[in-house]
Amino acid sequence: MLTVLLILIPLIAGCLSFGLKGSGPKTLGIISSLASLAVTIGAWVQFRNAPESLHVVTGWIPQLGSQFNVGLDGMAMMLVLLTAISFVLVFVTIYSRDYERPGSFYGLMLLTQAGLIGVFTAYDALLFYVFWELALIPVYFLCSMWGGEKRIPVTFKFFVYTFAGSLLMLVGIIYLYIQTPDGSFSYTTFTSLQLSANEQSWLFWLFFVAFAIKMPIFPFHTWQPDTYEQSPTAVTMILSGVMVKMGLFGVMRWLLPVLPQGANMWAEVAIVLSIIGIIYASCIAIVQQDIKRLIAYSSIAHIGLMAAAIFANNEQSLQGVQVQMFNHGVNIIGLWIIVEIIQQRLNVRNMNEMGGIAQTAPRMAIALVIISLANVALPLTNGFIGEFLMFSGLFQYNVWFMAVAGLGIILSAVYMLTMIQRVIFGERKTLTESVKDLQPGEMLAIGIVVVIIFALGIYPKPMLELVSGTTELVNKAF
Amino acid sequence: MNALISTALSGVVLMFVGLFVSNKQHVKYFAMALVLIAFGANLAELPALGSDPSRVYFGMIEVSRFSILFNAVALGATFLYFVLSGSAFEKVGEHVADYFALQFFILAGITLASTFNSLLILFIAIEIISIPQYVLAGSDRRNLKSNESALKYFLMGSFSTGILLMGITLIYGAAGTFNIHELALGTGAINPLTLCGVILLAFSLAFKVSAAPFHFWTPDVYDGSPTVFTSFMATVVKAGGFIAFLRLFHTGFSGETITAHWTWVLAVITALTLIVGNFTAVFQQSVKRMLAYSSIAQAGFMLLAVIALNQLALQGIILYAAAYSIATIGIFAVLLKLKDYTLEGFNGLAKREPLIAVVTTIFLFSLAGIPLTAGFFAKYFVLAAAIKQGQLLWLVILAVICAAISVYYYFRVIIAMYFKQGEAEIAPISSGFKFALVITAVIVILLGIFPGLLLQCL
Repeated sequence: MLTVLLILIPLIAGCLSFGLKGSGPKTLGIISSLASLAVTIGAWVQFRNAPESLHVVTGWIPQLGSQFNVGLDGMAMMLVLLTAISFVLVFVTIYSRDYERPGSFYGLMLLTQAGLIGVFTAYDALLFYVFWELALIPVYFLCSMWGGEKRIPVTFKFFVYTFAGSLLMLVGIIYLYIQTPDGSFSYTTFTSLQLSANEQSWLFWLFFVAFAIKMPIFPFHTWQPDTYEQSPTAVTMILSGVMVKMGLFGVMRWLLPVLPQGANMWAEVAIVLSIIGIIYASCIAIVQQDIKRLIAYSSIAHIGLMAAAIFANNEQSLQGVQVQMFNHGVNIIGLWIIVEIIQQRLNVRNMNEMGGIAQTAPRMAIALVIISLANVALPLTNGFIGEFLMFSGLFQYNVWFMAVAGLGIILSAVYMLTMIQRVIFGERKTLTESVKDLQPGEMLAIGIVVVIIFALGIYPKPMLELVSGTTELVNKAF
Repeated sequence: MNALISTALSGVVLMFVGLFVSNKQHVKYFAMALVLIAFGANLAELPALGSDPSRVYFGMIEVSRFSILFNAVALGATFLYFVLSGSAFEKVGEHVADYFALQFFILAGITLASTFNSLLILFIAIEIISIPQYVLAGSDRRNLKSNESALKYFLMGSFSTGILLMGITLIYGAAGTFNIHELALGTGAINPLTLCGVILLAFSLAFKVSAAPFHFWTPDVYDGSPTVFTSFMATVVKAGGFIAFLRLFHTGFSGETITAHWTWVLAVITALTLIVGNFTAVFQQSVKRMLAYSSIAQAGFMLLAVIALNQLALQGIILYAAAYSIATIGIFAVLLKLKDYTLEGFNGLAKREPLIAVVTTIFLFSLAGIPLTAGFFAKYFVLAAAIKQGQLLWLVILAVICAAISVYYYFRVIIAMYFKQGEAEIAPISSGFKFALVITAVIVILLGIFPGLLLQCL
């Protein structure tokens, strides 16, 4: 029942929020996200004792053989946890900010949360598709209504891209459904299908394109930097922290186990595309002036590495990806929180106009350094263990791939350290003469991120244990 | 049979009502009551069928669960249409009761189209549907565009009727019967006469459902006709055309060899329809014309159900007819309240009338086929039917790409309503109208979450 509750809490709170005014939606958002986090922790406890009790199956569309089938395994548990933490962080960060039409803003945010949790917990392909879309639509409205100047064409491009990808996936899902002997969309039926190599070969692309657009992998990434730049930062946090994980999750949950041969056949192509993305995005990140675009491109590079590791498809790389999904989510949200604070204080995003923030806002400077180093995957920060596992997995698959992808680490150090230098060190500029340091609410949000960075950097065992069962499951399907 | 009798009688009664009832509002309420009676009478036939798959009357009309369900969808959608747009009849001209009567005759034609057992009845059904439409298209007598559209529609319609009749003649010549169950075209070698007949029938019906390349009349006629009648033509009537198409090809022309012949013809027509409808809709500035092209695009999707000869196709066409009709009727009802039919006319509507903007968004979502609206499952079923058919995967992928393109033009309306600055000029809206719109939107969402509500009767 806890799993259903995880979807229902943000869904109901989101619907209620549309009718509230003033500070009502804010309060509801915080209460709902805290309640979600509490239920998630409860589910985690239960997951350790009796994981099967988190599985719920009831009828939905009997004519189609589709069921409301939701449950949690290690990977889903971790992503649900990431979602719950992210939303708390986002709502705490934006608490002092007043949005126009707050009822709709918080309503749409909460509906996105419901969609995301649905995606991560669905064990029925049709249900998965419905939640996949449900997560997309509120984000479209959020970006278009509260985003930057060029928001309308930019978010529209984002929507059309993702929707086109989703439709191709729908064709794949229908094809698989027709092949099932019992006419069902259930995960177990899908994974036990006996498909020919030829079928798997073209079905792979139907699914891959949908997931690649969402991640995004080169050359399907063009919507991403613009969308991240134009979206309100709260939405960018969700997009980059949690939503891109939908693509990675989709590959691990559906693509690899359902189409193992197809994935095997095209793995090299997928890895090469991912590695091109890493190098290309890193190079562009180096020359960015806009801090939001820099982080957007850095995100493409990091996700590229995760995508490459997934298709390397061995136990270490898969485990690394899962751990990194969580850690990247937390780190990137931490970065966005700081960007949001800087943007609110200075009203600019161009790094040429920043500098010397360390002198006026030392706490913010320390936080930015810690989070940036975690993003570069420095040992003893949370980013390290995931990247280590992914590289060692890639190494097992192909040394050359690993070597080229490894350039991404060096490049990421280049752009992150340059960013730190340009933003917080050096001479103070007119704009940065009197920057206020972190306020209590912001301290709380950043504090949580920093604690997670160090806690998982020093002692990653619980996270590794949580996902170890899942990689076995994926491997078994091969 | 009940549906046919009740709609035909209702039409006759309404012709006389115009003589005795001068209050136009009363005429509308009367028409609404008559649709409800027809709806009930139609459903009352369901238990009478019992376990029989179908019941044949005079060898000419065959009533089955499928036809009853389709008639229920058509009558239900007409009821919604009367509720939402009925008051706009008064603005067209003086003869309100006659307009309602003509629409009941069209409904009678549709009930025939869903039940015909003989090619002659098909011909009669198509004509009963068409002739009142020519009249309705030109009913705004003082408007030149309305006159032009009526003439254009009439000329083109007569031409296609000729083709239809020619096709029927050829098939009769080859098979020696009008009964669609006894044609037996699929067995043995194919007679060239038969093939010509089948192709002529496909062309003529493609004209009636405005499939490409026989669609040229559609945008002009839809644009020129009074908007309130365009709404009916583009929805219930079009669905009626499809049901005739489906019934003819699934019952009369199914069979190994003959199917292989017409499948590719229809596949090409479908591909063209999808491409022309979607790509042209993208460039429209008038929402009314955009909806005309979108109706061509949607016809492409419905044609997928005609090509796929399976149970999923039957379910798909029912759901498609319902989802598409309800959403389009809803949008047209909103359009009727606006002064300006261009995209700019929608600018800023969300600020002025938030509720209207929300329901319009739901209707547009449904037309685009976004999950949790009826349109999603409608598209799902026809795509599934086509995939199951086996050889049409290229067409399915094309349809999916076209569906992604359709998002572009449907979302332009949403963007205008929500994100563009402007003062949409809209007529005063009663709370009753708002309530009816909300109910319509709720139906769209309910069918989007539980499509089984409709399909369980099948």
